[in-house]
Amino acid sequence: MNNTKNTEVERRSFWEKLYIPEIAKGLGLTLAEMFKPKFTRQYPEERWEPLGSYRGRPVLVDDVDGERCVACGLCSRVCPALAIEVNADETDRDKERFPVKFEINMLRCIYCGFCEEVCPEEAIVMSKDYELVFQRQEDAIMDKEKLLVPVAQLQDRLEFLRQYR
Amino acid sequence: MNDLLWITIEALAKGLAIVMAIQLMAALNVYLERKVSAFIQGRIGPNRVGPWGTLQPFADVAKLFLKEDLVPNAADKFFHSLAPVIALGVALATWAVIPFSSYIQLEDRIIYLGIAPDLNIGILYVLAMTSLGVYGITLAGWSSNNKYSLLGGLRSSAQMISYELSMGLSLVGTVLIVGSFSINDFVDYQQGWGGIRWLIFLQPIGFIIFLIAAFAETNRAPFDLPEAEPELVGGFNTEYSGMKFGMFFLAEYANMTTSSVLIVLLFLGGWSIPFAYEALGLQEGSIMLALVHFLVFFVKVLFMLFFFIWVRWSIPRFRYDQLMNLGWKVLLPLALVNVVVTAAGVLFFK
Repeated sequence: MNNTKNTEVERRSFWEKLYIPEIAKGLGLTLAEMFKPKFTRQYPEERWEPLGSYRGRPVLVDDVDGERCVACGLCSRVCPALAIEVNADETDRDKERFPVKFEINMLRCIYCGFCEEVCPEEAIVMSKDYELVFQRQEDAIMDKEKLLVPVAQLQDRLEFLRQYR
Repeated sequence: MNDLLWITIEALAKGLAIVMAIQLMAALNVYLERKVSAFIQGRIGPNRVGPWGTLQPFADVAKLFLKEDLVPNAADKFFHSLAPVIALGVALATWAVIPFSSYIQLEDRIIYLGIAPDLNIGILYVLAMTSLGVYGITLAGWSSNNKYSLLGGLRSSAQMISYELSMGLSLVGTVLIVGSFSINDFVDYQQGWGGIRWLIFLQPIGFIIFLIAAFAETNRAPFDLPEAEPELVGGFNTEYSGMKFGMFFLAEYANMTTSSVLIVLLFLGGWSIPFAYEALGLQEGSIMLALVHFLVFFVKVLFMLFFFIWVRWSIPRFRYDQLMNLGWKVLLPLALVNVVVTAAGVLFFK
């Protein structure tokens, strides 16, 4: 079997070996590319609206009759990055329990969505919020006040969870 | 005595103007490079600083000035700071013999637009100066005391010396046709005849060889092996920061401009256009005609600069052995054959 003659170089035609027509073709391609529409999004002016499947900052759902969380502590338990801290207390409402303290350390959070998956009350969900900039480390630790988001703003995500989970 | 004073003032004024013009051209190059590369890649490019981002290069320079100037402990301090000066100085020195436009006649005094465009060894001077540029880069690589810098410097010296030969030989053919080394004579020869006398048409092979060699001489892609980022970190300028890096940057763009200008002057007819200037009804030596000449020349140079950038963002980098093969096995024999054929042609037709 003598297949040494069938190399890449030998298969080329004379014009291809000359390279210059091929280079001209390449230049033509890039020139054509210059006049095509651009893909750039002018970020601070044009913002991207994520779909329901997007996993952004985890938030607590603030339902019409108050927060859904019953402070079972499953999210804190399952969190692989140990970002969540929950302290429970009793209340007179139907749910009997509520979190006195609920903190998510956003410097630790890896946006895996385990907390949302494990939650029996659908009380913690991933929001669409992706602009997470902090001036100081303390600002990155989100307390209940910052975490509670009205249920109306989370409809896309809740709909997504209902359909695909 | 009065004459000497006048000449000194004239040369100084021209020199100052040319240095400023080169800095502005470098800024324009940086802007063009960023915009063209962005457009080729489907992006928009700088558009925040000034209208359409035109002030971006000045912001870059301001940033470079504010950066810390680091010199490695193990470096040879003297040569480390000398190298960028050589690189930039040599890049600027080439411009002494380059004309920008035809002469202006004020009463009985003829003013050339360029410091010494009528120098009778103009082309030899340009070739000598561009080959000196290798010292800056090699010294930068060696004095940094860093293996990547040294490799970049070595590559650059090998590459520049290899392509210098083909570059010189490709010009021999044109010199044979024109019969002079003066750049002004080159432009005068290419005037008229509806652009057929442009040397690109008389010397197509010489033009292609010169073009390729010019790319290699300026260390531009696809011959940017001295600063091949994936292999050599930053190449010869790995250990440079702040304005010393800025000077290498400036030298690269100044060299690019020099190459474009040379290609325009030697092969694309300088400031001549396919139809005659007589149609405009302007007098030889008048300021208006010089201005029109300069504009034509400038547009051609801009096109060549665009071409340099265009090629950089289209063609991948050569491998080192491919580079050497192309230089020694293809371009050099081709240039030699071109010289012989041209010499025979000149002998036969003149």
